[in-house]
Order: sequence, then C-alpha cells, then structure tokens
Amino acid sequence: MSTFDWKKILQIGLIGGIVGVLIALVGMVEEFNERDIIAGTLTMGWTMLILTVLVMAYFVAGTVKAHSWLNVAAGALSGAVFSVVMSLLTWMVDSFDLRQTLVNASPSLVKILTFEQGIPNGLITLIVAGIVVGAVGSAIFILPERIRKAVTLGLGMVAFLGLMQDIIQVSLAGFEGLSDAIAWMFGRGIENGLSVAGAITVFLVVSVSNLLWDTNAPKVNARIEKLPQKSRRSLKWFGYGMLFLVIIYLPAILGLYLTEVVNSTGLFILMGLGLNIVVGFAGLLDLGYVAFYAIGAYTVGVLTNLSGELTSSFGWNFWFALPAAVALAVIAGVMLGIPVLNMRGDYLAIVTLGFGEIIRILALSDFLKPHIGGSQGIVNIPPPKFLEVLVNNPQTLYYFIVAGAVLALFTSQRLRDSRLGRSWKALREDEDVAQAMGINLVATKLMAFATGAAFSGLSGSILAVKLGTIYPHSFALLISINVLALIIVGGMGSIPGVFVGGLLLAGVPELLREFAEYRLLIYGALLVVMMQVRPEGFWPEATHKRELHEADEEARLTAEGQEA
Amino acid sequence: MNKRLLALLTLLVIASMALAACGGGAATEAPAEEPAAEEPAAEEPAAEEPAGAFECTDAIGCVSIAPGDPIHIAYALTVSGATASLGEDSKGAIEIAIADRGGELLGHPIELSGEDTLCNAEGGQAAGTKISADATIIGVIGTNCSSEARAAMPLISQAGMVMISPSNTNPDLTDPSHPDQHDGYFRTAHNDLFQGRIAAEFAYNELGVRKAATIHDGSPYAESLQRVFAEVFAELGGEVTAQEAINVGDTDMKPVLTSIATGAPEIIYFPIFEPEGNLIAAQSREVAGLETVLLMGADGLFADTFPEATGSAADGMYLSGPYVDVNDSAYGEFLAKWADQIGGVPPSGFHAHAYDATNMLLNGIEEVAVVDADGTVHIGRQALRDYLYGLSNYDGLTGNLTCNENGDCATGEALGVFKLSTEEVNGAWPPPVFWQP
Amino acid sequence: MQSYRIRRINWTDLFMWLVGAALLALIIGGSYLTLQQGKYTAVQWFDLAVFGLAQGSVYALIALGYTLVYGILRMINFAHSEIFMGGAFIGYFAATSMQRSGFMEANPYLGIVIIFLVAMTTSVIIAVLLERIAYRPLRGAPRLVPLITAIGASYFLQYVFRGFFGTQNRAYPEIAVIKGTFPLFGDFQIQKIQVIVIIAAALMMAFLAVFVQYTKTGKAMRAVSEDKSVAALMGIDVDKIIVSTFVLGAALAGAAGVLYSFMFRIVTFYMGFIPGLKAFTAAVLGGIGNPPGAMLGGLFLGIFESLGPTLFLDGLGIPAPYQLKDVIAFTMLVMVLIFRPTGILGERLSKTKA
Repeated sequence: MSTFDWKKILQIGLIGGIVGVLIALVGMVEEFNERDIIAGTLTMGWTMLILTVLVMAYFVAGTVKAHSWLNVAAGALSGAVFSVVMSLLTWMVDSFDLRQTLVNASPSLVKILTFEQGIPNGLITLIVAGIVVGAVGSAIFILPERIRKAVTLGLGMVAFLGLMQDIIQVSLAGFEGLSDAIAWMFGRGIENGLSVAGAITVFLVVSVSNLLWDTNAPKVNARIEKLPQKSRRSLKWFGYGMLFLVIIYLPAILGLYLTEVVNSTGLFILMGLGLNIVVGFAGLLDLGYVAFYAIGAYTVGVLTNLSGELTSSFGWNFWFALPAAVALAVIAGVMLGIPVLNMRGDYLAIVTLGFGEIIRILALSDFLKPHIGGSQGIVNIPPPKFLEVLVNNPQTLYYFIVAGAVLALFTSQRLRDSRLGRSWKALREDEDVAQAMGINLVATKLMAFATGAAFSGLSGSILAVKLGTIYPHSFALLISINVLALIIVGGMGSIPGVFVGGLLLAGVPELLREFAEYRLLIYGALLVVMMQVRPEGFWPEATHKRELHEADEEARLTAEGQEA
Repeated sequence: MNKRLLALLTLLVIASMALAACGGGAATEAPAEEPAAEEPAAEEPAAEEPAGAFECTDAIGCVSIAPGDPIHIAYALTVSGATASLGEDSKGAIEIAIADRGGELLGHPIELSGEDTLCNAEGGQAAGTKISADATIIGVIGTNCSSEARAAMPLISQAGMVMISPSNTNPDLTDPSHPDQHDGYFRTAHNDLFQGRIAAEFAYNELGVRKAATIHDGSPYAESLQRVFAEVFAELGGEVTAQEAINVGDTDMKPVLTSIATGAPEIIYFPIFEPEGNLIAAQSREVAGLETVLLMGADGLFADTFPEATGSAADGMYLSGPYVDVNDSAYGEFLAKWADQIGGVPPSGFHAHAYDATNMLLNGIEEVAVVDADGTVHIGRQALRDYLYGLSNYDGLTGNLTCNENGDCATGEALGVFKLSTEEVNGAWPPPVFWQP
Repeated sequence: MQSYRIRRINWTDLFMWLVGAALLALIIGGSYLTLQQGKYTAVQWFDLAVFGLAQGSVYALIALGYTLVYGILRMINFAHSEIFMGGAFIGYFAATSMQRSGFMEANPYLGIVIIFLVAMTTSVIIAVLLERIAYRPLRGAPRLVPLITAIGASYFLQYVFRGFFGTQNRAYPEIAVIKGTFPLFGDFQIQKIQVIVIIAAALMMAFLAVFVQYTKTGKAMRAVSEDKSVAALMGIDVDKIIVSTFVLGAALAGAAGVLYSFMFRIVTFYMGFIPGLKAFTAAVLGGIGNPPGAMLGGLFLGIFESLGPTLFLDGLGIPAPYQLKDVIAFTMLVMVLIFRPTGILGERLSKTKA
C-alpha cells in the first residue's frame, strides 16, 4: 500500500483549483482586494484564496499515512496544482477578452493574481506562493494536536478581527481611553484591517492563551467538580447573575449599531421560537410563517398610524394595538390551521407557502390599497411610549424585544414540558398512533398553529414600531425560509438552538453587510456545508440527536458484531 | 477554606461588575436623551486636532481629517437580490466618479465604504444605523429605493451627514409637510411629480392622445409615478381607461394587456423596470387591439439593454428620462470609462444620477473644506449642507442640477422624452431626445 | 383514516364547507358577471387559453423534475429552479454566439437543436454535481435536512451565476423561424412559438411516460421509488438510478428553460425562482411523486393563471385583478387539497408518510 497517493493528491489539488477559479470569477478576489485583513500586507481577496489552499493542503496531508516531510511534500504538490490552475485562469483572462460573458474576468483580476508583475514573472511568483502556502497548510496538519488547535484558532481570530475591524472600531470609538490602543491595533488611512503589530499580538495572545487553557482546563474542571454541592450551586447562580447583568447592560456596551443588529436578530429569534413550536415540537412544516409576521405588523400599522393616507384612521395607542395584533395573528393561525388539518408533510408546506404569498400579495394589491396602503405601505407609525419613555431608538427597543423573547422563551419552555407539549411530540412522531392514543388532533394542531402565530404576530408588531413604516416588500417568502433555516441550523425542537441559529443566520449576515452581493452566496454555501457536517444542528434537542445517530450506532454495532 | 475564598471572590466580582455597570448604566437610564447625545459625537474628531489651529463653529459639527487619513464617504445601495442591477449600476458610477479624481481629494485618499440596503425598509434602517454610527463619514450616496430612504434618513440626518440619492423618486421625501422629509437629504433623481407630469403633458399635448392606460408593478416607484401620470392626464381632460398592475417576476402579460385592450387606449404608460417592461412591450404587439397602441415608459427602462432585449416591439416607443445630449461627449466618455473600469455597460438607468450625486458631494467637500498648513482638512457638516442646498446650475450628466430648499436637485427641466427607433433596437445608445418641456 | 367510521360533523368541517361554498359562489358569480358584461370577445378568451396552455406546458416540464426526484428521494429539490435557470442561461450564450456568427440564420433548425442540447447538458451537469456533492451524503437524514440543503444550494447557484455573468438582463436573439402566427379560422390565430412550446412539451412528456413505463431504467426507477432497500436487494444499483432520475429531471428542466426563453426571451440569474415555485405548486396540485399528475397540475395552473383573474375578478369590479393572480392560484390549490389532500392524482391514502 502506497502512502503517497498521487492520484488523490492531484485530484484534491484540482478541486481546490476549481474552487479558487470560482472565487475569482464570481468576483470576490477583485471586490475584496481593496479590503485588508492585515493592513498593507494581506487583502481579504487573497485571504480567501489562501484559506482555500490551506484547507486543501490540510486534507491532502490527511491522505498520506505518515507524519513526516511526505505530508508537507503532498501539501506543496497540491498547492502547486492549485496555483497552476489559477495561472491558467490568469493567462486565459489575459489573452482573451471574456468580459462579455464572464463579467469578472477583467484585467484588474489579472493584475491582482500576478502581483502586478506581468504575465511570466507574476505567474512564477503565484506558483511559488501556492507551493509555500500548500506546504504550510500541511505542516499545520502534522503539528501535535494541541499546538495545531492553538495555531488554527490564532489564525482564525486574526482573520475574524481583521474582517470585523470597522464594526469593532466604530463600536469602540465611544471609549475614550481605548483610542490609542485602537490606533495601534488597526491600520490607518485607506489601509484598513489589523496593523501588522496588531495581527501578531492577536495571534500570539489567542494561541498562547488557548495553549495554557488547554493544559489547565482539566485541572480547573476537576476543581469545580470537587467543590461541595452548595458552592457549585452558588457558582451556577453567579453565572445566571452575570448573564442577567450582561443582558441588561448590553446596549450600553454595544453602542447603537450593534444594538440594532441585536434587535433585528432578536426579531428573528422571536419568530424562530414561534416556528419552533410549529415545526420543531409539532412537526408541521410551515413555509408561510411570514404571513403572521405581516399580519402583526399591518394590524399595528393600520391601528396606530398618523399618516391620514388610509381611508379609516384609528389612531390607537400602541399598547392597545399590540394585543389586537397578536389576537388577529392567532385567529389567522387557526384559520390557516383548519384547512390543512388533513394535509401532511410537503402538501402542508406548499399550502402554508401559498398562504404566506396570499397575504403578501393582498397587502401589495391595489384592491386593498385604500385600507392598508398597497405598494406605498403605511408610513408614520408613531413609536410607543413606555412609562413616559419613548421607545424610538435601538437601545430602548432592545428591552422591548428582550421582554418579548423572554416571554416567548418562558412560554415555549413551559409548553414543551406540558401535556400539550407531549401531545405535540407524539404528533410529530406519528400522527396515526397519536390519534389512536386519544390525542385530539384538531385541538393539538390548531394550538400549535395559534401559539406559533402569536409569537410571529408579536414580532411583526415590534417590527412596525421599529421601522416606523411598513411595506409589503418586507414580507417576502425569504423571511419564512430564513426562519425555518435558523431553527434547523440551531437544532430542530431545541429552544437554545433557536438562539444559536438566530445569531448565526440573522446576526452574522447582518454584520457582514459589507459582503453585500456575496452574502447570499456564502449563506447558501454554508447551509449546504452545515447540513453535511452537523445535520442535527448546533444545539440539538436530545431526542432528535439520538434519532439522527441511531443509524450510526446500528452500523457500529453491526460492524462490531461482524468483527466478533 | 477553599469555599470561603470562592465566596469572597464571587462577591468581589459581583460588586465590581455592579459598580462598573452602574457607571455604564447612567447612559441608558435616560434613553430618550440618547439622540441628543449623538450629536456631540459628530464633533468628537474635532477634539483631536491641535489646539488653536481650527475652531469648529459649524452648527452641527465638523469632521477633521488628519494628514494621511482618508476622506470617508459611504454608499447605501441595493446590491443583492432581484434589485441588484439597480445597486450595481449606481455603485459603478460612484467608483468611476472617485476614480476620475485619482481616488484623491484635497490630498487625502477617498475611502468608500458600502452597505447593502436590500430595497426594503429594514435594510435601510440597518444601513442607516451603521453609517450614522461612524462619525468619520461625511456623506452618503443612496439609497436606491424610496422605502430604504424613509427608514435610513432620520438616522443619517441626525448624525449630521448628507445623503444624495440617485434613484429615490417618491414625492414624500422632499415634501416639507411630510414627516419623511429630513434635513440633509438630496436627490439627483427626478421627483415623480415632475416626471409623471411631464409624461402626461407630453402624451396629451404633443402626441394628442385622449385615452391612456397605465400599468405598475407594485413597486412604490412605479405605483406613484403612474398615479401622478393618471391624475395629470385626467386633469388635462384625457380619459384614463385602466390602471392595472402586475407583479414583479411575472412573465405572462397577456391577460393584463387583453383587459387593457377592451378600453381601447391610445397610449399605455408603464413606468416599470426590466425585465417586466420588456415583456409588456413585446407582448402588447401580440394582443388584438393593441398592435399599434403607443407605448411609453420612464427612466426605469432607460437602459441600452431594454430596446435590445425587447426587439422590434420597442421601435417607436417613448421613454421619459433625464435629458442626455448625444452630442455632449461627457456621457460617451462616462460609458467608455464604465467599459474600461467595470466592464460591459451599466446594468440599469440611474448611473448618471449616481455619478452626478457623487461629484456634487465631492465638489461640496472640496468647496467647504478648511485646510490647515499641515494638510489637515476640516469639513463643517452644516456648511456642506448649505453648499448643496445652494447649489445651482451644476452641469452634470443628467443636465443642469439646481437644488431647492427641500432637497430636490433635479428640477424637472432636464427631463426629456426619447423615442426609440430601429437603431436602438440594433444596439445604438442613447437615443436622440424627442421632446423637451 | 376516518373513512371507515361514521364521522360526526364537527365545526372544522362545517367551516371548510362554508369557505368552499363561499369561494365557489364568488367564482361562479364573478364569471357570470364578467361574461355578462361582454367586455371580452371569443378571440380574446381563446388567446388567453392558448397562452395559458403554453405557460402551463413549461410549468409541467419543470414540475416533472420536482416530482421525479420527490418520487424517489421523498425530498423537495428546491434547487431545481436553478437547474432550469442554468440551462436557460447557458443556452443564451449558445444562441447569441450562433446568432452573431450568422449560423443561426443559415441553419435555423440545427441552431435550435444545438441550443437545446447545450441547455440540457448544462442542466444535467448542474443536477449531477448537486446530487453528488450536496444530496448523496444526506441519504437517510431526516426530511428537513435535504430541504435546507436544497434551499442553500439554490441560493448558492443563483449567486454563482450572478457573480459569473453579472446582473444585467440578457435577451435571447429573435429567431426568425419561430416568430409570427399560424392563422386558424376567422379572427382566430395562434402564435408559432406557442404551438412549438406546447408540442415540444407534449412530446417530451410522452417520451418520459414511455421511458418510465417500458425501459429497464424506468422500471428500476419505479422500483426504487416503491422501496429503496428491496430494490437494492433485487440487484438494482440505487445510486445509479437516483442519478439517472436527476439527469432525466434536469434534461426536462433544461428544455423547459429554452422553451421559456424562446417565449419570453429574457434571462436573469433570478429567473428560476418564480417558475420554480409555480412548478412546485403544480407538482403538488397534481399529486407529488406522480408524473402524470405533475403534467396535469402544470397545465391546470397555467390556464388558471391566465384566465382566472380576468374571468373571476374582472366582473366583481376589483381594481387591477391581475395582481391577484397568485392569490387565485394558491386558493385554488388549497381548495383542491382540502377535498383531495394528496392532490388531483395523488394516492388516495397518505400511507407513505410524506
């Protein structure tokens, strides 16, 4: 058995090369060439290519069954293959004008890929660089595990901080004392990203502290284990207390923009908690969840707006409109629930999707324009007042959203463990059996739809006052899909999973607004990868995880049986 | 002993946390005052400069840029999703306008940072919050959609910045009696009130038609434009036979056109975008009763891909849009720069507006800047606003721009109606102007 | 499930019957009023119907892809709309390059065949890659996992195309041989392109029916869709059959992409979304997993969309009725599913837990 599998290495190198070509032709290399991770040294465009090679070389090193220079050689070889593919691309782009078809195959791409050195020289540099990076990638692989982890974490942190530099700088700008440190850490002028010194510091601090933590963590854990029951409990309460304090003071710490991000994430989490009841607990696949969001928002909009552009002007106080909005969402939930009582799985999915679209189109239509604004939406929705405080900026709105989320969290936690919750679970597992066990299908299903709709309606009401204007365009199918994706990425049926999913799929994209047109591309790719790597979600519910791994378990048992 | 130590430490940490938190808490205790507290933030960079050299007397603060630091402007455009071509179009023009100056202004590099606004109010609000939190930003080019501007503008206005929109056309945004009008908001795009009126007057007076039908696509832009058109047309004495609507993404326009045909209009006005506009134009020729009806679109269709993609049906169609003089070489040069720097042709119809907007902003900065001996630049935020409000007869790609006190810079005089012919269908662009008010 | 015991009439059933009756009254009343007004001539109704048929044929072709994959894997391949878009998009490049070189004018029929081949090949490549990379590792995962993967893949493909080819609208060249109309009797006439679309779609569906019914692969497909593990025991290479299902569905989607582009000419990176959604609706309407059902559902939906708004709503004096087209389509779907919960031609008993 050969330890050095040429074919495999070339193959992986080629795949890496294709990924590189994809990144280049999609336009990311060029677009992010202006954007530095490390000021004046490393641009984001290059970071993406280097990352591709590193990952590729890491895999390649894994195919060689030895821990020696052979791994490094394999990595270097794959790096060479990668850069040859990229050189070919560069040469092609340079020789033929492909821009009629491939809009990003531009001269500036060639300039970047050849390090502005022209065709023959630049390509040689490119290939050498590919080999070196490939070798480094595989060298990381053969490091002892502890160090490998620390190094990857350090590199990852550098990339992350470099990426988030503008948000970090803007958020920290309020703290006077830090301005010197910021100036030292980050690049100045048009060179953004971390400064070289900053990058090295970040890398060292993260890697070394990780190493230290790794060596000491077992000891710390052991010490906590050894503590008597009482102080462990106080430690736990201390943790809760800290969490509480952090939640209370978060807006002050984060500043306006990040609070705004937290708020939009919060609205998604609120919806996620509701959909989690419908899909996660009761197993009813709902793709039209946005409808209730729209109903909540529109009810508040119609009842409270002061624009005078609609035929009927109510001018209600928000605190009266809010329960009305939630009630209307619940009624809509039941109305949707009745016709779909007998439908299952994908039939249910398309009907709910249709329901979402119907609501959106009605909101947009000229037919209802005199009453709900049509395509011009509803403008001039006044912010609510809470105890003489006007809830009109992200930092006050935050508490409002947190209150909503806590309510939803509490409700779904209590419901999950209630009789109803267990009925939902039974329904999810097998409808026929559930019915045979005496569960009232109609009431159970309708309760799921109604509860889910209530949270979505609440979220929509908050949206209406958050924006001050609502447009039918805000209630696209995409929202339903996003919410569904977030509960699945978090872990279906898992309440903490909703928070994790919300942060990942609503919060992070919001922060990466800078990626603009590539956001959805990356989002899509990550969803695919995520489903392959962790189909059960990041924070799965216990039963669900067990189900997913049952197959693995069986396979393991059979394998063991055969061996025996 | 261990236990007691732990308890002590815990107490200590909680106490310090609580103390620190109380210190930080003062700011949140009175959240209503928060916006007021924002304003000094704009002045904050002024504190950094050497004492005595420059005194900021501007009513809403100054931005000071040390030597080597960039002059920071931002864009807030819709660069993803179905409206991506609109944002890409404006973004390219901004980049060209910056490149025209070699990427520098007053010896400082120009930094352009961008936010995707997604053509909805949420996107506008998020982008507006992020931009307004960055006190180094002087001005914003954006937004594309009027819904974004409604949510973003209160924040940007409060932060003392200016925003110039290349493609917001909703009348509310510059209507002083409307709550959505804010200081510091400008636009180079035409207010629907101008464009709708001109289109209706052209149809009634110049073409002499008396029966018109309109179609919109559910976008606030098209809906409001066709409404103005219909109102003015009826005011002039014409008859509006139908006001129909389609959905974005529709491809089969036959039913709606058939329904329009029953009213036998002489002209159909559809101020919508590609590709739905192309489909309406093309399919109208296949509907009995509409074979010879006059077609008229607006600047949403004013792009070279429109006649090409529509084919012979676009022959003879009218488009209202910014008046671009074909003999004027500036626009040709702009297109050449686009082909060179970005590649291809601009994907939508508001690039010239975005180019003018960027130039107005950069000119304004240049004009109001106070430059110290060491190269430090100070820009008064109110001064910049005043400059823009007072701007008159700026010779841009979209004609002469004069800003009024509400922020409308496109006066409507620079609008024209264009007639497409077989030449445009075969790739010539732009078309000659057919009529000017 | 409840059919074998006497059901009490409960309030939910009552509610549904009431809603159904109200909608039916609305439809009949609206149609009556519209027809009574006599606003539209017979020629116009005929045009609309033919147009709906053509549109429906395209929906049906795409719907077949959904239904084939669903039948075998019990998953909704959300990325199928991107397979359709990919075919149409690359077909555009073939069409324009042939148009520019004058080949199209010299050999129009050969040119059209080449466009079809290019588009179908592209679609097939995308589908096979998708299956290999994204779906195959997920065999046996819970139902929602492949669904989310498919949604992710759909975004990814859309934005890769956007990155590669830009955001501008691109239009298929006008091909002379498919332009113009065939005169029928009197004022009645029919667009050539519509005839082509309807006939081409019919031919392909017939081919598919024969393929699934009589060829070895087709039989294997049916076996796999019944029971994967038993099929495997019978010596059928399940993976291979799944791939061929994807190939078949993609080829139809590619062809649909070209037909669609011949009709509407414009291609963009997000063009797949709405036809995809409609086709998915059509597949469910007909009974998902059932190819004849998908065809029927597609045609039904196409005609409904074309005639529905005018026929039902115009007479009621609702402004801009056409805007509410999708409301009608989806309400129709709900009504059909209420009374036949598994679609028009779906299995009567939803024994296989969908």
